[in-house]
Amino acid sequence: MTLLVIDWWFILEKALLIGGIIGLSFFIAMYTTLAERKVAAWLQDRRGPNRAGPFGIFQPLADGGKLFFKEEIIPLASNKFLFILGPALAMITALLTSTVIPWAAPFVTQGGNVIPIQVADVDMGILLVFSIVSVGVYGIMIGGWASNNKFSLMAAIRGASQMVSYELPMGLCLIAVLFMTGSLKMSEIVANQVQNGWHIIYQPLGFIIFFVCALAECNRTPFDLPEAENELNFGYHQEYSSMKLGFYLFAEYINMFISSAVMVTLFFGGYDIPFVNEASWGLSSFWMTAISFAVIMAKISFMLFVFLWIRWTIPRFRYDQLMNLGWKKLIPLALINMIISAAVMLLLNK
Amino acid sequence: MLTQRAKEVDRKPMTFLESIYLWNIVKGMGITISHLFKKKATINYPEQTRTFSKVFRGLHVLNRDAEGRENCTACGLCAVACPAEAITMEGAERLPGEEHLYREEKYAAKYEINMLRCIFCGLCEEACPKDAIYLSQTFAPANYGRKGFIYKKDDLLIPHPIENKEAYEAALGDKPAKN
Repeated sequence: MTLLVIDWWFILEKALLIGGIIGLSFFIAMYTTLAERKVAAWLQDRRGPNRAGPFGIFQPLADGGKLFFKEEIIPLASNKFLFILGPALAMITALLTSTVIPWAAPFVTQGGNVIPIQVADVDMGILLVFSIVSVGVYGIMIGGWASNNKFSLMAAIRGASQMVSYELPMGLCLIAVLFMTGSLKMSEIVANQVQNGWHIIYQPLGFIIFFVCALAECNRTPFDLPEAENELNFGYHQEYSSMKLGFYLFAEYINMFISSAVMVTLFFGGYDIPFVNEASWGLSSFWMTAISFAVIMAKISFMLFVFLWIRWTIPRFRYDQLMNLGWKKLIPLALINMIISAAVMLLLNK
Repeated sequence: MLTQRAKEVDRKPMTFLESIYLWNIVKGMGITISHLFKKKATINYPEQTRTFSKVFRGLHVLNRDAEGRENCTACGLCAVACPAEAITMEGAERLPGEEHLYREEKYAAKYEINMLRCIFCGLCEEACPKDAIYLSQTFAPANYGRKGFIYKKDDLLIPHPIENKEAYEAALGDKPAKN
């Protein structure tokens, strides 16, 4: 029976964390939809939704409620199992990536137990994120294929090729970051930045390339070719209705949230508070955790705003422009960035 | 070239920096963010409304004279003038004892304007010899059914100038009472 002895507190702690992070992801995604419409309106000299509650804060609830009450249609010619699997997969992969992100400074209890505010601090941390994101493309592909509709299928093909081609420069930028940290562990990547300054200072080009690729990975404008309303009729979610459509749309916003979190963790010091040495404040561990959580959320909010800002600034790329940019521009740049970083690290003899 | 604004299209191939679009995108983002701080072009409509110009042509009003008698004599000129054929009317003869209701011997027993057909051109107002119809500064409200858009005489008549003075003046708007 000794094999079955599990630390129940550990399980409870992780269950709470998982619940909290999933709830947080949904909450942020919900309000990103509102922020999207508000930012769109502001950038276009309009006011945006302001009828549901003060400043329209109940608008996401109204939108969600509407989606729930819509008629749910599964086309007769579709593959029913895959048709349902598509949005489910998109949602699951979107939520899974949040597991390895450190959300706040570790919390130290009175008894001296250290509770990391992170679901799993696995050794291959950031690689896990990448592998799950790669699986995310199946949500689009399966959905597009199962719809039995040529527009959906073309969108699925586009989405797949786009994600595959933009994962390469993304990975190359990551390698340059990993030269500096020497570890794939998310907690160590953050710890390295707390000590030596944020990676954005050393890797500005790397960050820009990573950000562009993140836009493509999230299917955000200017890389939203899989949805392309005016050429593909909303692309892979064309045949979807009701909450299955909602799942696809929602997964996109969760993806945005998580990729912002990943970028903040990799390049902007994660939960590190900039310009100050917070250890000298002598605050209790609870407050340190709370403040660092607020800091990372502020950084993520700013990244999300940049996502929206870009969406309402530039139109969609043409498909050949997308491929040219990915393969002929970003990959060479990322390679050069990687080689220079490697050479500098070698010279500094780290 | 009259305005001296014509620019020749640059057909040079893009340089590498141009072809990664980054600088132009940053410039574009600068433009969009500046709009964040600009005055909003829209208003919160049902709470705030815009003021219309004095010649704005909104909903029709059937006029009364200063004593509250209806001006309309059901001559039908407005219906003839109407390019959208939105106006229907039926005349009736004024009976003895109705002199305080209708100004002349003939009046419109039925007067309907189909607001879905009306194009608010104001030709009815121009055609009317009796100054009996004019276009006010309110515009057509929404309705749930088509029938609700066929405005009857009750919907169109201006309030009584003596019995309901405030409503009359409000309905008159900027138009001066002519008679």
